[in-house]
Amino acid sequence: MLAYAARRLVLAIFTLWTVTVLSFIIIQLPPGDFVDAYMAQLSATQSNVSEQHFESLRRQYALDRPMYVQYLKWMSGIFSGDFGTSMMWRKSVLDVIGDRLAMTMVLSLGAIILTWAVALPIGIYSAVRQYSIGDYVFTFIGFIGLGVPSFLLALVLMYFGFTLFDSDIGGLFSPEYQLEPWSWGKVKDLLYHLPLPAIIIGLSGTAELIRVMRANLLDELRKPYVITARAAGMSERTLVLKYPVRVALNPFASTVGYLLPYILSGSVIVSVVLGLPTLGPLLLGSLVAQDMFLAGTIVMMLGALTVIGTFLSDLLLMWIDPRIRFEMVQ
Amino acid sequence: MQDDRQPILSVRNLKTSFFTDEGIVRAVDGASFDVHLGQTLGIVGESGCGKSVTALSILGIVPRPGRIVEGDILLRREPEDGQAHEIALTSLGDSSSEMRSIRGAEIALVFQEPMTSLSPVHTIGNQIIGAARLHRKLSKQEASELAVELLSLVGIPRAEAAIDSYPFQLSGGLRQRALIALALSCDPRLLIADEPTTALDVTTQAQILDLLRSLQEQNGMAIMLITHDMGVIAEMADQVVVMYLGRVVEEGPVDTVFGESKHPYTQSLLRSIPSIHSTPKVQLPTITGTIPHPYNRPAGCPFHPRCPDVIPGVCDKHEPELQSVGDEHLVSCFLYHPVPETSP
Amino acid sequence: MTEEHPIADSEERIFVAGQMQLMWWRFRKHRVAVVATLVVVAFYLVVLGADFLAYTNPNTTEAYRSLMPPQPIRFFDNGRFSPHVYAVTGERDMRTFKRVYVSHPDQKRPVRFFVRGYKYKFLGFIRTDRHLIGVEGATAAESIFLLGTDEKGRDVWSRIMVATRTSLTIGLVAVALSLVLGVLLGGISGFYGGPMDSAIQRLIEILRSIPTIPLWMGMAAAFPRDWSVEQIYFAITIVIALRGWTGLAREVRGRFLSLREEDFVTAADLAGCSRKRIIFRHMIPSFQSHIIAAATLSVPAMILAETALSYLGLGLRPPAISWGVMLQQVQNVEAVALSPWLLVSAVPVIVVTLAFNFMGDGLRDAADPYGV
Repeated sequence: MLAYAARRLVLAIFTLWTVTVLSFIIIQLPPGDFVDAYMAQLSATQSNVSEQHFESLRRQYALDRPMYVQYLKWMSGIFSGDFGTSMMWRKSVLDVIGDRLAMTMVLSLGAIILTWAVALPIGIYSAVRQYSIGDYVFTFIGFIGLGVPSFLLALVLMYFGFTLFDSDIGGLFSPEYQLEPWSWGKVKDLLYHLPLPAIIIGLSGTAELIRVMRANLLDELRKPYVITARAAGMSERTLVLKYPVRVALNPFASTVGYLLPYILSGSVIVSVVLGLPTLGPLLLGSLVAQDMFLAGTIVMMLGALTVIGTFLSDLLLMWIDPRIRFEMVQ
Repeated sequence: MQDDRQPILSVRNLKTSFFTDEGIVRAVDGASFDVHLGQTLGIVGESGCGKSVTALSILGIVPRPGRIVEGDILLRREPEDGQAHEIALTSLGDSSSEMRSIRGAEIALVFQEPMTSLSPVHTIGNQIIGAARLHRKLSKQEASELAVELLSLVGIPRAEAAIDSYPFQLSGGLRQRALIALALSCDPRLLIADEPTTALDVTTQAQILDLLRSLQEQNGMAIMLITHDMGVIAEMADQVVVMYLGRVVEEGPVDTVFGESKHPYTQSLLRSIPSIHSTPKVQLPTITGTIPHPYNRPAGCPFHPRCPDVIPGVCDKHEPELQSVGDEHLVSCFLYHPVPETSP
Repeated sequence: MTEEHPIADSEERIFVAGQMQLMWWRFRKHRVAVVATLVVVAFYLVVLGADFLAYTNPNTTEAYRSLMPPQPIRFFDNGRFSPHVYAVTGERDMRTFKRVYVSHPDQKRPVRFFVRGYKYKFLGFIRTDRHLIGVEGATAAESIFLLGTDEKGRDVWSRIMVATRTSLTIGLVAVALSLVLGVLLGGISGFYGGPMDSAIQRLIEILRSIPTIPLWMGMAAAFPRDWSVEQIYFAITIVIALRGWTGLAREVRGRFLSLREEDFVTAADLAGCSRKRIIFRHMIPSFQSHIIAAATLSVPAMILAETALSYLGLGLRPPAISWGVMLQQVQNVEAVALSPWLLVSAVPVIVVTLAFNFMGDGLRDAADPYGV
């Protein structure tokens, strides 16, 4: 069991490292270095900054040194809490990001909880009542969920919100709370606004998970141990919930690993459409403005969120599946 | 039959069919037999002849799209303080609480696949305790003690530790023993064992069969043993039912059926068993042809296309019925009883 | 039951049928999948004849036709079949500064088949100026606008036709690239095993655990501004394929792993077949249908990726036309509310995604040799 956890941990750390390298590559991708872009931006706004300032910046980020030194410099900065400077905002990257990281986590967590809460019972229902009208209805909705990209869904819902209810469904806060400091009222306001974007982000994942759960459970329902339990006189309801659902939950739990990247991806683009105060719109803005330290940091944070979430779901899986606990499954 | 030898279970003209999109499959097509307490009834036949479906029909757990279309299944109950009476299982709803109180408690099943017949993510103990507490009023503690007792009864070493193990931690033989312990948890009077030894190696097979026999001697239950292996039947059964394509073709005490087999199918089955006396390197006789496609059942006697003694014009036109050819010995074959008058 | 059953015959037929034949028989049974396949084929016919189906040059802007609502075709004129549209004039509302359009039922413009319009090359080499429908000899401003116009006065219908070509081929090219990478790396991984396998597996796990859209956005944002449409087109397919190959590689590896243990492969090995022969004559034919199914199922994700990137302004950029580029005009709720017809470019995205999914599902079921 420990060996399994250790293997997962090593892989997670390795993945995290790859994420930082990829983020660094993204920072480096645009032609010219950060100071060039900074200079161009400053001259466009006609601010007067001395040449020495640029030179000191170059030294600070080791831009005159080889690439790997720059990477190490950047990384060591991160470990001491310095993620670089956003030139678009002229502030440190962390200040720009503010509580958007937390908002992204809240939104993604909400989407995952919703996805699970919806997909689990529907998946069970669809498998137990295979080929019933309800099964067909859910399968159909599931296909729509797979087929409609989340940003389009967001647009369409916004349109209906606008035309039918004359209300703006975008944002995570009502206007009066937008700039307020955190308070109980603001939290309640957030909880009130959260479900709709969470549903939009979670829909395609929900559709996928319903399919997974239905297929898994259908497989399990045909297994002989179900006949054994049935022959022991168990009622169908207890039986299904106690044995096959429990077994089918394991692969279901492991879907968090791929659900997370999916949901974080979705949150970026849906946040752009709905104007949510998460990392998404900030990432788009920074990429368009070639504000690369900010963009790279956001990509890295999103990647790190996924890696950590996946690792936690691996631990969860280990906890619920005795076959992994006893090292029976690789 | 004498009165003091009332069967605990009688199956009369049982017909179970599967209604699939492609057509109707008559998995069991008019099977009749009796099971007695303290005795073992062997049901034998090739795969696909309806043996397992018969077992599932008795328990009322035929999976969709199958269902019992005809026939009676009578269970005899002999309460200690009451009148013995028979209860028709076919008249109870499959998911009724009465049927559920019989399943597991009075009739238990040991299913064919020891690898997959136990839930992989629950401990053995958990599954036995769960089954025991369904039908008996036991505290968790009592049920757990019962589980340990049962596991050591079926010969699992270190039973106290075994209740906390998962099925994948046990060997096939031990798993089959655990499954038998599960079936015995409510002290059933009839144990249906569906190919209990097929997936096991030969020495383990013998051990499991010994176990079943000694359990029967201890508690006097009836065993219905389903297998395709004539050797297992010869060793275990008191009575034999030979099935072919959902029909009973021959039925009788094991010695009679083996010694004076009448039906050509039974004879062919017995001939194709390798014996220590057979001449080396001489091919064993086989039954020609294969079991017909279930949607394409032959008319008349279902065995006639493969039968060496087929009577043309009779066997392919009329369906033979199970009739007596001797003491408790029944055969369904036109070789032994008259052909009915040509029907209009 | 004395009548002869045809089952014996059909069984015989099944025994001698080739794998593709079997797959087709099983596929035919999935009604939905067959319909979905027809839809996909129809879309690719649009790809071939995009310019023929368009009736005005999709890049022609016309300030006097900005954001014009769809103009319905009327098929009958006084009970006689004579398709026409009403002439429309627009003027600016001086209070709201929006253009307002008024149609004039008294001025009918006949819609004809196979009319002359802008010049193009059919299938890329036949010079012609014939289009399926149009208004004979009309100027851009007097033409028809079946689905309305965008804010630059470009005809939405014609643009959708041309966008279909871009979006669907980008999906195919990206899948083709992914397929090459996936079969190669998945094959190496599955056939040789060992450290190569572990390395490739770790790479796949890592790539799959990174959220795709931010990664794509980061890479796409680095495309130089001065790249041509073609360069960006191929850069995008590469960016998408860099992540897309992982799923296919897993599929290929899984197939290789299970086939390696199969008796017929051992038999071929013992018979002295070369590795190459084993792979290409024995293994690949037995799982190519699975690969086709997996590739089909991965097309919609590629199309959606391009659409999402272009929608965000990081993918294809005007003058390129794709569904995502068209959707860029409905970034905010005001645009959607004022000109909802611009959302129609979402319809082909959804239809094609669903069609590919249903078709892929059918193929996957049909590819399973033990399926019913």
